[in-house]
Amino acid sequence: MLLGAFLAGFIGSLSGLGGGIIIIPLLTVILGVDIHYAIGAALVSVIATSSGSAAAYVREGITNMRLGIFLEIATTIGAVCGALLSTIAPTSFIAVLFGMTLIFSAINSLRKKEEHIVLESSPLAKKLKLQGTYPSHNGEVISYGTKNVIGGFSMMGIAGMMSGLLGIGSGAFKVIAMDNIMKIPFKVSTTTSNFMMGVTAMASSVIYIQKGYIEPGICMPVVIGVLFGAMAGAKVLVKTNPKKLRLFFACLIFVLAVNMIYNGLNGKI
Amino acid sequence: MEKSNSMQNEKFGEKDFQNIVGNLLRYGVWTSLAVAFIGGLVYLMGHSADIENYSVFHENDRNIFEVVSDVYNGVIQWKGESLIFFGIILLFLTPVFRVLLSLFSFLLEKDYLYVVITLIVILIILISVSFGFSH
Repeated sequence: MLLGAFLAGFIGSLSGLGGGIIIIPLLTVILGVDIHYAIGAALVSVIATSSGSAAAYVREGITNMRLGIFLEIATTIGAVCGALLSTIAPTSFIAVLFGMTLIFSAINSLRKKEEHIVLESSPLAKKLKLQGTYPSHNGEVISYGTKNVIGGFSMMGIAGMMSGLLGIGSGAFKVIAMDNIMKIPFKVSTTTSNFMMGVTAMASSVIYIQKGYIEPGICMPVVIGVLFGAMAGAKVLVKTNPKKLRLFFACLIFVLAVNMIYNGLNGKI
Repeated sequence: MEKSNSMQNEKFGEKDFQNIVGNLLRYGVWTSLAVAFIGGLVYLMGHSADIENYSVFHENDRNIFEVVSDVYNGVIQWKGESLIFFGIILLFLTPVFRVLLSLFSFLLEKDYLYVVITLIVILIILISVSFGFSH
């Protein structure tokens, strides 16, 4: 299990999807663990990896903390709803929904990312002081504006719900909300998404603890494995060409996702 | 002109704040992992021969205070499972401390809009805790 979790963290970090999204199919499809325990363990590992990596970005000043805290209202509400929903939803539904999210995230990770910087903020964004700056590679400070606060806020609610329901960080949804809707630069949106995950996951995990989703015997190897896997992945990522890797992992994840949907529909999970 | 000035003043305080938050997150994760790891070792020493079956889900309905007091008793008795749980709870507390810290920092900056926003986030977390009771 430790090895599996290490692999999950490694793949998660290389593919840019995060460890949580890989650990759930691994535990359920391959090791036959009940999906509720898998969700609990994944959520704990999400908190560990996101807090760990957010630490570095926050110190470098890339993370937009105001934006993060403001959007946390949406994600925590969503997460609480999602966690409550997961306690009543049938497991087959969760498995199918998870499979679909997996496919969506895999396709999304292949999408081209271009840096776009909007200088002018929308009036609401100005009121909330959501515009900010971040340091570029060569140390110069780049400032950016923020658009469509309401659209981004609603999308964040959905992201939070997915996170609470499926035990994932749902980074893909968060980045879409900030990147595509609010027009925030990619570097800022990924790091801020990371920053928010801890609190979002925390909001739903409180409910999970009380419902017995969190099983120490599973969580411990998973968290440690995922964390070290993620660190190893980050080191390898610097040296390799991520494009080919991403394609490879996207295919792998696609297979896992189809497997989960199939098992879910057959009532095997 | 005035705006850019105030932004710069803010940046100074914010830099320190970024460092504190960054350190908090980092040490929080490492401490909780260390505790969970020790717990794991203790657990394995006692249970190395057992094969646990996790394919069936047992739904619990305990509120958070019962869980915490269980864990507390277990830690005193040096039970591996409770030690792991204690590590996990520490891990959960890391983002909570982070939110409390930002509340404090916005108060210092006299940014009351964000004090309110942070309070809303704290309120939602509290509501989520209380949801455990009603269900």
